[in-house]
Amino acid sequence: MSTFLQQLINGISLGAIYSLIALGYTMVYGVLKLINFAHGDVYMVGAFMGYYLANGLGVRAAQAIGMSANGLVARGLLGSGDLQPSLVTALIVMLLAMAICAALGVIIERLAYRPVRKYSRLTALITAIGVSLLLENGGQVVFGADPKFFPELFKKRNIDLVGGASINSADVVVLIIALALMIGLQLVVYRSKTGRAMRAVSFNLQSAKLMGINTDRIIAFTFALGSALAAAAGVLVAIRIPRIDPLMGILVGLKAFVAAVLGGIGNIPGAMLGGLLIGITETMVVGYLSPTYKDAVAFAILILILLFRPSGLLGTVAQEKV
Amino acid sequence: MLTLENVSVNYGAIEALCDISMRVDQGEVVTLIGANGAGKTTTLKTITGLLEPRRGRVMFEGEEIGGKPTHKLVARGISMSPEGRGVFANLTVRENLQMGAYLNKNKREIADDMERAFHMFPRLKERQAQKAGTLSGGEQQMLAMGRALMSRPRLLLLDEPSLGLAPLVVHTIFEAIDEIRSKGTTILLVEQNAHAALGHSDRAYVLETGRIVMEGPSKQLADDPRIKEAYLGE
Amino acid sequence: MSRYLRTLIIVLIVLGVLYGVDIVFHGRLISPYFARIAMLSGIAITLAVSLNLINGFTGQFSIGHAGFMAVGAYSSAYFSVNYGVRLAESLGGGSLGWMVSLFLATIVGAVCAGFAGLVVGVPSLRLKGDYLAIVTLGFGQIIVVFLNNIEAVGGARGYSGIPIVKSFFWIFLIAILTIVVVYNIVHSAFGRALISIREDELAAEAMGVNTTRYKVMAFVISSAMAGAGGVLLAHFDGYLNPKSFEFIKSFEILIMIILGGLGSIVGSVLGAIVLTILPEALRGFAEYRMVIYSLLLIILMITRPQGLLGGNNALKIWRARRRARSAAAKAQIVDAPAESSSDRNPTENPPGKEHA
Repeated sequence: MSTFLQQLINGISLGAIYSLIALGYTMVYGVLKLINFAHGDVYMVGAFMGYYLANGLGVRAAQAIGMSANGLVARGLLGSGDLQPSLVTALIVMLLAMAICAALGVIIERLAYRPVRKYSRLTALITAIGVSLLLENGGQVVFGADPKFFPELFKKRNIDLVGGASINSADVVVLIIALALMIGLQLVVYRSKTGRAMRAVSFNLQSAKLMGINTDRIIAFTFALGSALAAAAGVLVAIRIPRIDPLMGILVGLKAFVAAVLGGIGNIPGAMLGGLLIGITETMVVGYLSPTYKDAVAFAILILILLFRPSGLLGTVAQEKV
Repeated sequence: MLTLENVSVNYGAIEALCDISMRVDQGEVVTLIGANGAGKTTTLKTITGLLEPRRGRVMFEGEEIGGKPTHKLVARGISMSPEGRGVFANLTVRENLQMGAYLNKNKREIADDMERAFHMFPRLKERQAQKAGTLSGGEQQMLAMGRALMSRPRLLLLDEPSLGLAPLVVHTIFEAIDEIRSKGTTILLVEQNAHAALGHSDRAYVLETGRIVMEGPSKQLADDPRIKEAYLGE
Repeated sequence: MSRYLRTLIIVLIVLGVLYGVDIVFHGRLISPYFARIAMLSGIAITLAVSLNLINGFTGQFSIGHAGFMAVGAYSSAYFSVNYGVRLAESLGGGSLGWMVSLFLATIVGAVCAGFAGLVVGVPSLRLKGDYLAIVTLGFGQIIVVFLNNIEAVGGARGYSGIPIVKSFFWIFLIAILTIVVVYNIVHSAFGRALISIREDELAAEAMGVNTTRYKVMAFVISSAMAGAGGVLLAHFDGYLNPKSFEFIKSFEILIMIILGGLGSIVGSVLGAIVLTILPEALRGFAEYRMVIYSLLLIILMITRPQGLLGGNNALKIWRARRRARSAAAKAQIVDAPAESSSDRNPTENPPGKEHA
C-alpha cells in the first residue's frame, strides 16, 4: 500500500510537469495545427536558463560539481550579495526563465514558423523538426554537452505521510506551482479578452480575422504562453532531479506531446489530464514492472487510445470535410 | 464608398475573378447575384483582405485597401458575415458577440451594441449563455449578422445570409437587412436567392464565372427576361 | 521478345558496372573514406526511396521508418551471427559464400520488417494526417525500447560481432532494386490507386478503390524495403545499437525525401546523397556542424518548401526550366529587360498568394 501511495505521489509530481509541457503543444496545435517539435527543447532551454540565473544570482550549488566556472564568473560580474536559497529565490529564478523562454518562443515563431505558414503543413512540421535540431545542437555548443548540476534553490527535506509514504518538499513545491500556473492559464484562456481571441483563432482563423483580431499577434502570444509554461516545467524538473543536459527535452517533450494527444489535442483540460495519466502510469510501471519499459508506456497508451478513440479522451470527434 | 477597379484574383493558377469593376455608394444596398462558383465569395474575401488581388485596385473611402491585413480593414469600418456563418461554435453566444466588438475598448458602447443586437434578434438574448455550436442554422445566421454589426461597420458585407434556411427564417433575415439599412449602414449582399436579394436592394451586379455580365438598378434587373430565366426560375 | 532482351542487357550492364566498381573499391584504388560515404549513400537511397512510396506517393505521413529499419537490421544480424557465418564457411568462406549468406540475411530482414509493417499498418492506417504520424512514431519508439530489453541481441549495450560484409555491389544492387520496384509500382494500376488515395481518399474509395488494403500493401512493401536497408547497415559496421534507430533517424530519412521533393524518386535519391554527404562536408566546422545543418534545413523550408526537386516529376521541371531559360535567352536578344521574367520561373512558386 505504501509503495502504491509513494508511486502515486511521484507519478502526480512527474505528471504535473508533463501537463505543463503538454499545454504548450496543445495550444500551438490549436491555433496553427502544427506539432511544434521544438517545444520539448524550449523546456530544456528553460532548465538551463534557470541554471544560469540561479548561479548568476549567486545561489549556492547543491553539489560541488554544480559550482561551475560559469556560476563563479557570473557571480564575479554581478558582484551583488548572494541570494539565500529560499522559495522566493526559486520563484524569481523560475519567473525570469519563463520570461526568457517566452521571448524565445516568439522569436522562433516569427523567424521560422511564420514564413512557412502559407505552405503545406508538412513543410511547417519539417521546419519544426529543424528548429528542434537547432536548439539541441545549439544547446550542446552553447551550454556544453555534459550534464550540469542544478543548484539547490531551497532546502529540500522529506515529509512523512500516513501509510509509510513520504513526500519531498520539492514535490510539494512542484505541485503547488504547477497547479497555480494551470489555474492562471485557465483564467487567461477563459476569462480574458486575449484568451477569447485565442479560442476564436483556434476555432476558425478566417472568422477570427474578420473580427478585427490581429491573428499574427495572437499566434505569437500563444507561443509566448506555451514556452513560458515549458520553461517553468524545466525549472521545476531541475528542482526535483538536479541533473540537466541539452538533450533532456527530446524524450520528455515527446511524452508531453503524447499527453496532449491523449487528452485530445487542442484541448486545454485534456492536456492537463493526459499529462497526469502518463506521469502516474509511468511511475507505476517503474514501481511494479520494470524501469526499462518506462519509455514505452507513453507510446503504448497513445497507440491504444488513438486506435479506440482517435480524438483523445476529451477531444471532440473531428469530422472529415468533404 | 467602395470601388473595385479591374480586379483579378487567382487561386493558384485558376483565375477566380477576372477584371471585375463595381462600386457601392454610401447608404446603398447593393447585391451581387450569381450561381455557385461564380466568384461571389471571392469578391467579398478580396474586399476584406482575406485574398489579395493579382491585378486592379480596391478603394475604400478614397484609399487603396487591396491586400491590406483584414484586421486593419475591420478597424476602418468594413465588416463581414461569412458564408456558412462562421460562428465560433466553441464560444457562447455572448462571447461571439464580444468577439465582434474585439476592437472596441469602450465597455459602455459594447453593452449598448449588444442590447441592439438582442433587440434585433430576440432569440439570441434567450440563448446568450449557450455555446454557439448548439444553435440552429437560422440562429447561427442571426448571430453571425449580429456579431458583424458589433464592430459598428460603415460597410457590411453579407455572404449568403439565407443559405439553407427555412422560408420563415429567410423572411426574418431580410427584415433585419432592411432595418440595418434604415440605420444608415451600407450593405453589400451576396445571394443565390436572387428573388429576395433584388427585392431588398437598390442596385445589383450579376456575376458569371468570374466576370460581371450585367448590372443595373435591382428593379430593372428583376424585370429583365434573361435574369428571370436564369436566376428567378420563371 | 526484343523488349525482354533489352531488359536483360540492361540488367547485365548494371551488374557489370556494379561489380566493376566493387572491385575498384576493394582494390583500394580510391580512399576508404570516399568508399564509405558512397556506400552509406547507397543505404540512404534504399531508405529514402522506400519511405517515399508511403509518404510521397500514397500520402500517408509515416515517421516510424527507422523502427522497421531496426527490425530488418536486428533480425538479419541475428540470422547472420547464428547461422550465416556457419553457412558462409560451409560454402568455402569465399565471397560467394558470403554473398549467399547475405542474400538470405536480406530476405530474413525484409520479411521480418514487412511483417512488422503489417502488424503496425493494419491498425494504424485507419488514422490520418498527424495522428498517423504520431502512431508510427510511437511504434518506432516502442520497437527501440524492446530492442533495449532483448538480451539475445545485446540489449542497451548494443549488438556486436555481426559479420561485416562491406559490399558496394550488394548495397547498390539493393538500392537499384528498391528504385526499380518503387518506379514500377508507381507506374502500375496499383500505383495509380495509391496516388488517387493521396489526392483524395474519399473519392478513391467512392470509385471502388479498397483504400485500406492498398495503403497496408504499400506500407508493408515500404517497411520491407526499409528492413533491407537495415540489413545493409547491420553488416556494414558489424555493430548495432538501439539508440541509432530512435525517431531522429526517421526524421533524417524524412528530411531526405522532403529535401528531394515528395513523390519524386529522383529527388529521393539526390536527397539521400546530399544529406549523407552534407554532414561530412561540414566536418570542418567541428562542433558547429549540426547547428549549421539544422539552420540549412530551416532556411531550405522557408525558401524552397517543395524541396530541391519539388513537384511530381523532377525531370519535367528541369526540362521546363531549361526551356524557360532558352526562351529567356532568346528574348534577351530582342529585348533586354525580359531577363527578370525568366527568373520568375512558373515552377518556382505557386502563383497567387493565399491567406489561409
